[in-house]
Parts: sequence; C-alpha cells; structure tokens
Amino acid sequence: MKNFFRISFLIALFFGFQFNSNAAEKVEYLKTDWSFKGPFGKFDRAALQRGYQVYQEVCSSCHSMKYLSYRNLVEEGGPEFSVDQAKAIAASFEVKDGPNADGEMFTRPGRLSDKFVMPYDNEKAAQAANGGAYPPDMTVLVKARGGGVDYIYSLLQGYEDPPAGVTLDDGVYYNKYMYGNKIKMSNQLSDGLVEYSDGTNASVEQMAKDVTTFLMWTAEPHLETRHKMGFKAIVYLIILTVLVYFSMKRIWSRIETKV
Amino acid sequence: MSEHEYIPKSKVGKWFNDRLPLLTLANHLTDYPTPKNLNYWWTFGGILTFCLITQIVTGLVLAMHYIAHADMAFQSVEHIMRDVNYGWLIRYIHANGASMFFLAVYIHIFRSLFYGSYKSPREIIWIIGIIIYLLMMAAAFLGYVLPWGQMSFWGATVITNLFSAIPLVGEGIVTWLWGGYSVDNPTLTRFFTLHYLIPFLILGLVVLHIWALHVPGNNNPIGIDIKKPSKDTVPFHPYIVIKDGFALLMFMIVFAFFVFYTPNILGHADNYIEANPLVTPAHIVPEWYLLPFYAILRSVPDKLLGVIAMLSAILILAALPWLDTSKIRSAVFRPLYKQFYWILVADVLILGYVGAMPAEGLYLLIARIATAYYFLHFLVVLPILGFKERTTPVPLSITEPILGGSPNLAAVKKKDDFKNQ
Repeated sequence: MKNFFRISFLIALFFGFQFNSNAAEKVEYLKTDWSFKGPFGKFDRAALQRGYQVYQEVCSSCHSMKYLSYRNLVEEGGPEFSVDQAKAIAASFEVKDGPNADGEMFTRPGRLSDKFVMPYDNEKAAQAANGGAYPPDMTVLVKARGGGVDYIYSLLQGYEDPPAGVTLDDGVYYNKYMYGNKIKMSNQLSDGLVEYSDGTNASVEQMAKDVTTFLMWTAEPHLETRHKMGFKAIVYLIILTVLVYFSMKRIWSRIETKV
Repeated sequence: MSEHEYIPKSKVGKWFNDRLPLLTLANHLTDYPTPKNLNYWWTFGGILTFCLITQIVTGLVLAMHYIAHADMAFQSVEHIMRDVNYGWLIRYIHANGASMFFLAVYIHIFRSLFYGSYKSPREIIWIIGIIIYLLMMAAAFLGYVLPWGQMSFWGATVITNLFSAIPLVGEGIVTWLWGGYSVDNPTLTRFFTLHYLIPFLILGLVVLHIWALHVPGNNNPIGIDIKKPSKDTVPFHPYIVIKDGFALLMFMIVFAFFVFYTPNILGHADNYIEANPLVTPAHIVPEWYLLPFYAILRSVPDKLLGVIAMLSAILILAALPWLDTSKIRSAVFRPLYKQFYWILVADVLILGYVGAMPAEGLYLLIARIATAYYFLHFLVVLPILGFKERTTPVPLSITEPILGGSPNLAAVKKKDDFKNQ
C-alpha cells in the first residue's frame, strides 16, 4: 500500500506544477458561490434564464453566440425554457435564408433549429462598429479565459477611474481585472438595467452573476450530465477496485509472497 | 519461455495450431514466467497499453465527426462537444487521455532508470521504448494542433519553425512542412493524416517492445538474473494479470476524476479561442508533458544549438545502456546512484517548471543550470559512477531476501562479508 501513496504523491506533484504554471499572473478575483462548482454542481435554472435575459438585452448587441442554437434553450441541463417560450424567442429574430425558388435571399422569423443570430455580418463589420476591437464570441468565452467564471464575473464589476498617471485614449476604459487594465468595452452594467421577469433585484452583482452562469452553461452545456455520470463512474470504479483488490489478495495467498 | 512444448487438447485446436500457432502464443502469454517480486511500478506497462487502446478507440470516433479544414476544424470540435451523442465525453477522454498517457510513460521510464531495466540484455527493449516515446511526442503535438485554437496554431508555428535552424536548407524544409508560406489549411490536413497514422506505428512498436521483453523476461526490483520458470517466478496469468488490473483500476479512478470534474485544467485556455494568424498569444507554452524539453530548447541562446540540445536530451537516452557503466542493475544496491537518481528526477521537474515560465531573469538562469546538470548526469556522472561506486551485496535469488522477511537483507550482507573474509 505504501506504493499507492508514493504514486499519488508523484501525481499530485506533477499536477501541482501545472496548477502553478497556469496561475502565472495572479490577480485576486471577486468570489461568489457558483451553484455548478464541485462534483454535485448543478446550474441554477432561474439564474440561467435571468442570465439569458441579460445576455439578450445587454451583451448580444455586440457579442455573438455562434455555436448555440435556439433549441438548446429547451434542452435538459440548460435554462430549460418551455418549447413555446423558446419558439417565441427564436421567432423574435430575423434570419437570413435562401436562395428561394426565384434565386433570391430572403429573411424569415427564426426557428428552434437556427443558430443564434449574429449581431454583425462579419468580423470586419464588428471591428468597424467597435473602434477596431472585435467583441469576442461568447459561446466558449469562460473556457477561453485563464480565470474562467471568476474572471468574467470580476471583469464585469471591475470598472473604476484610472489611477493617477494612467492616461486612456478615447474609447478605452480602465478595468482592474483586465489583462493590462485597458479594455475597449465600456462599463455595461448599472443597477436596474434590466427588469427581471421573476422580480429579482437587478443589482450589478446579481446581473454579473446571472450572465456568467449563463456563459458557463453555453460553454459547457453538458456539465450536469458530466457531473452525474462522473459520480456514477467513480463509485463504480471504486467498488470494482475493492473487489479486484480482495481477489488479488486471495490469488496471491496461494504463494507465500506478499502483494 | 516455458520449456515444455504446448499441445492443444482439442483436435480442432491442434489442427489450427499446427497451421497458425496462435494457441501456442496465447499459452506463452498466460504461462509467461514473471518475477514474483515485481512491485507496483511494474504495472505501468499494462496501464500504457490501456492508454494506447483508449486513445485509438476514442480517436477513431472523433475522426468520424471532426473536419480537418482550417475554416471548420474549431467549429467541428464544438459540434462534437455539443451535438454528437456523448461527444463531450469522448473528446475529454481523448484530450485528458494524452496527459494520462504521458504521466504513465514518465513513471514507466523513471522506473526503468531506477531499476536499471535498460541494461544488458534489455538494450533493444529500451531503444524501442525511446522510439515509442518520440512518436508519442509527435502524435501529441500533432493532435494538439487539430482543434485549431490559438495554442494549436501558434504551437505549430513555433515547433515547425525549429526546422528553419538547419543551415542552408532550413527555410525550404519549413515551407515544405507547411505546404505553403505559413501554417495554414495544408498544414492542418497533413497533421491530421499523420496524427491518424502514428498511433498505429506505436502499436506495431509496442508489439516489438513486448516481444523483445519476452526474450530475456522482466527485470525485477533487485535487478538480478533469475531462472525461469523457478521458485522466483509466477505465471503471468492469474498473478500479474490481477495485479495489473488492480493498478489499472486505481489509475482509471484518477483518469475519471480529470475527465469528469476538471476536464480542462491540463489544457490552455487560449485553445478555446479560434486560431488567428494576426494575433499572437502572450505566452506560447506547450502541454505540460513537453515542458522540460521546451525549457532546454529555450535555455540555449543560439537557435540551432538549442534545437540540437533539445534533440540530444531525448536521444542521449538511447545511449544510456552504454553510458551507465555499472554492472549492478537495481538502484537498491547502488547507494550513490540512488541519490543521483533523485537529483535527476528533481532536475527534470525543475526543467518542467521553468519551461512554463517566461524565459527571462532568474527562470532562464535556473533553466540553464538544470539543462547543464541534465547532460552532466548522463555524460559524466553515470560513466564515472560505474567505476567508483561501492555497491552493497546483491542477493543470489528473489526468494532469499523475501522468505525470511525484511531483516534478511542484512543477513545476506553478513553472509557476503563472511565470504569476503
């Protein structure tokens, strides 16, 4: 058994280094309780629905969500809007389709099978409208940033006046969590900016938390299934390991050597 | 290598076996006499076989859904993660499986270094192992390029650019590798092809690796030659099979933990940003398992010499059976080597750590010292140690130290001292 501890120690050592190297640039992010953290973590359904609302009303005018479809809003483990709600959401967007029988492109109301409509036709148009900066696609954004959800959550609340000595160009803002502190997105959230249909008070903190939860789901739509399956898989493996351990002891007891 | 000839019991079996001796092979594999004192460090061979098969099976499924095109690769990976049934599971197993594979191979290699498994008569097993390790690194690097994220693209750019260090023809070779004047679609499609090919080359070499192993048989923790079969051996089945199985299950628990609970911790966040030739990431770092070699590469100020140093760091291992001049295999009986062994382990871990850090200031200095020590260990310490070291007495058989319990090693020592008088 001593060897197992040695092996686990070695594994811990290997990955300890890795964790360290990932946290090369350390900033203390704002902390909050995420319902989806930990082995039994699940999304807070209401937070996902509110988060969608914040994304829709605030972020989506600049940030695309190109890998998500309207049908995903209905799926289990997500915001779980009803089919009718999701259909209504999809139908509120104009989708370019075609060509039709006459060879013409046309627009029609969105359907569940459509991908989220992009705010700009292409990257250049997005840059032109945003002072040269491209608002990144948000589908996998939380996985594409070192600090993950904590980073996004902090960034949304990290706007402040620049310290003395820091001069900002036009269209550049100071954010204490942004890499290099300079960001081309202005502060987007203010208290009461959206009106939550479930009556939750729309404080900046609340909106930041809700929209970040929503972004976690868009990045990891199968997170709940993964957590559930992981628990079953590991429990199964542990039981099997114990059984195999005793079989091994039994078999090796035929000879005088210890295992 | 059982002495008796195997004859199948059934008539059909005998008929078949006379024409293709598969049953003889199966019998050889189950009866294969294995030293009975193999510890858990020896279970990583089986674990590695499991890793290879897992990578091939998950890789096949991924290849059914992946699109090797610069405009669609990133999107097709998201398609796998979202819309393919259990695509997320298969991709996370494949991505973390690569890390698990390297974790296991490093333990396997360092086990060999500790117990002197590379020494005569096992040099060929060792050299095949080094080739497998090289191919694994190639496969891992090529595979990391396929999702076509930022690290994929820039990692590919940095690594392929290493060839430009070759005098005269370097630039031409790089253009030829890329299939153009930068990393682009032709690069991606050929990387995909090669990534698909290499695992099967590895599989073939693994067969040779095991074949070569079955000629002299396993080394063992006390590193002595043993008679096979004898009191010192057990048949591979069921004794080693169940022990390997038990260790594999322990390994799978760790594996499952990564896949289900922290599937992205070993990757780099930048690889979830689609490749963009116009934006260079702040730090370009390889995956953790390549970091020690990356540190060696960057510790040399000259590009060509850096590449040579990095390659030598791997190829020097192939010369190890001749660099290590000691006749004694196991570090158990080599008090000085044991200490140098652990210094080498620390040295490689330090190289890995500084490989992840920016190559400047103190980190660069540490990287240079650690690189120098790495080569010193193989080129100076090992050859000299073989002549200078006073080894402790080696028992004559496995049963000797084991039967009487642990104090027996001391008894063996006394007996030897007695003989010397």
